[in-house]
Amino acid sequence: MVNRGNRATKAGFGEGLLEAGLRNTQVVCLGADITTSVGCNLFAEAFPNRFISLGIAEQNCMGVAAGLALEGKIPVFSTYGVFAALRTTDQVRVSVCYNNVHVVIGGAHAGVSVGPDGATHQALEDIAMMRVLPNMTVLSPCDATQARLAAIAAIEQCKGPVYIRFGREAMPDFSTADMGFEIGKSQLLRPGNDLAIIATGHMVWEAMQAAGILASGGIDARVINMHTIKPVDKDSILNAARETGAIVTAEEHQVTGGLGSAVAEVVVQHHPVPMAFVGMPDRFGESGDPRQLMEKFGMTAEAIAEAGRKLLARRFAL
Amino acid sequence: MHSRQTTNPEELREIAIRIRKSVVASLAEAGSGHLGGSLGLADIFTALYFSVLTHDPSHPGSPGRDRVILSIGHVAPVLYATLAHSGYFPVEELATLRKLGSRLQGHPGRDHGLPGLELSAGSLGQGLSVAVGMALAAKMDHKPHRIFSIHGDGELQEGSIWEAAMSAAHHRLDNLTAIVDRNGLQIDGRTEDVMNLEPLPEKWSAFGWEVIECDGNNMEAILNAFAKAEAVKNKPSVIIARTIMGKGIRSIEGDYRWHGKVPAKEQVGDFTRELDETVDN
Ligand SMILES: [Mg+2]
Repeated sequence: MVNRGNRATKAGFGEGLLEAGLRNTQVVCLGADITTSVGCNLFAEAFPNRFISLGIAEQNCMGVAAGLALEGKIPVFSTYGVFAALRTTDQVRVSVCYNNVHVVIGGAHAGVSVGPDGATHQALEDIAMMRVLPNMTVLSPCDATQARLAAIAAIEQCKGPVYIRFGREAMPDFSTADMGFEIGKSQLLRPGNDLAIIATGHMVWEAMQAAGILASGGIDARVINMHTIKPVDKDSILNAARETGAIVTAEEHQVTGGLGSAVAEVVVQHHPVPMAFVGMPDRFGESGDPRQLMEKFGMTAEAIAEAGRKLLARRFAL
Repeated sequence: MHSRQTTNPEELREIAIRIRKSVVASLAEAGSGHLGGSLGLADIFTALYFSVLTHDPSHPGSPGRDRVILSIGHVAPVLYATLAHSGYFPVEELATLRKLGSRLQGHPGRDHGLPGLELSAGSLGQGLSVAVGMALAAKMDHKPHRIFSIHGDGELQEGSIWEAAMSAAHHRLDNLTAIVDRNGLQIDGRTEDVMNLEPLPEKWSAFGWEVIECDGNNMEAILNAFAKAEAVKNKPSVIIARTIMGKGIRSIEGDYRWHGKVPAKEQVGDFTRELDETVDN
C-alpha cells in the first residue's frame, strides 16, 4: 500500500455526501455551526435548500434528524464525535435507535490526532457509546478514499441508524476505490500467519507500517482493516484467531469498549487466543502536535510492532 | 380521508368520558402506570382525534394525515384509549397495557407495531425536536398536513425543549402546534416549587411562538384554541392548556400523588361511577 498523499478523512466524507446528494434528492444535511469543519460544506453549497441550519444545539439536531427520517428524508447530521456520540446519547438512543430510523451521524475529530484543541474535542469514547446501542451500525473508514465510500454506503445501503467516524488531520490516503466498501466485511490488507493486527481508522496505516517493521524481524503479520465496528466481521476475526493464534488490535480510541473489545468479545467466546490492545490507555488526551500525541500515547506503527513482539513472546512462554 | 368528525362539544364530552373509563380500566388491569396526567389530557386527546385531526384510522400511515407526537410517553394510556376509540385497534386490546408481548408498551414503542402510533418516546424533552423535523419535512415537500406535539409542564424544565423551540421559530414552522399540559404538578410536587416555569406564556412568546392559553378541560375552549392555532401564519403556535390532574374523578382531582399511581381493581367501580357523575366538564 502506497501513500498517495495526506488527506483528511473528513474530506472524503464530504465528497461522498455530495455524491449521494446528487443521486437522491431526499438526502438532507443538518448544520450545527461547524459545517465546514465536519465536511458538510460541499453539500451545503450545492444544495442550500436541503441544508438545514440549527445552530449550536446538538440534542435538538438529533431529534430533528429523527423527525426528518420518519418522514422519509435521509438526514445526515455531522458534528464533532464527542458531541454526536456523547452529548446527544439519549436522543440517539431513544429518538433515533429505538425508532430505528435511517439517520446518518457523522462523528468528526476522532482520536488524539485532533491535536492542539486538546482533550475536550478529541473523541476517544464514541465507538464504545455508539456500538452498544441496538440497531446502530458503526463505521470507521481508514482514510479519505474509504471515508467517501463509507459515506455513500451509509446513505445508500443502510436502512437504520449509522455512525461514521472520521478524523481532522491530513493522514495518509492509501486505500483505493476499487477495494470497494461492504458494510460488515473487513478487508485483508496483508496476508500473514504469525500474528494478526486488526486495526481501524487512522491506525490501519500505522498497522501496515508495523507489519513492515515486524517483517524485518522475521515476523509475518496479517493486517485487517476493520472499517465496520458493528456489525463486526466475525468470520475474519475467527480466521485470524485460528490461523495466527495471536491478535493485536489498534485504534485511536480508549482501549476499553472500542474495536479491541468488539474483537475480544468474538475471540473469547469462540476461539480464545492471546490478545493485545493498542489505543488510548484509559485517560484523557491533551494539546500537542498530532504526531507527538500519537507517539506519547502509544498509537504508532512502532507501538503496534512492540505490542506484537511482546504478545508473541507471551504466547510462546505459555 | 375523513376529518372533523364532529364539532359538537356535547358529543365530544361523552366520548371523553368513555376514554377516561378506558384509561382507568386499562391502568387498573396493568397494575402500574400514570393515571393523573392521562385523565387530565382526555379532553384534549378527544378534541384532537374526534374533531381537529385529518386522519383515517383504517389507513394509519396515509401520507396526508396530521401527525401527533406524544413527547410525554408516560401518558400513553390516554393515547392508547383514544386511538382504540377512534378505531385504530380494538378497544379490548387496552386490557393488554404494559403486559409482555403487548403492542401497548408502558411508554410508546413503534417496534411493537401499534397502528396510529407516530413515535417511540418517553425520555422527556425529545418530542418537540422530532416534531420540528417532521414539520420541516412537510415544508420542504410543500405538504399541507400539520404536526401536533404534546408536552407536560414539568417536561419544559428540559433544556432540549428550548433548543427545539428556538429552531421551530427560526424556520417559521406554522404547521407545528405544541400543546403544553399545564396542570402545575410533577412527581415531586407543584411545578412552581420544584422548578419555577413562570412567566411561561412570555417565555414561549420571547422564543418566537404564538401563545394561546385555554382551559384544557373545557371542550369549547379547546376547540377554540385549536382553531386559533390553525390560523397562525409564519410562526409555530403553542397551546398552554390549563388542566386538572385526575380530571373527571373528583376524589383524586388535583392530587399530584396520582401522577404515577393506578387504581386498585376494586376501585374501578367507584371511579367509573364518579366519571358518570361528571355532569359537565
Ligand atoms: Mg405536569
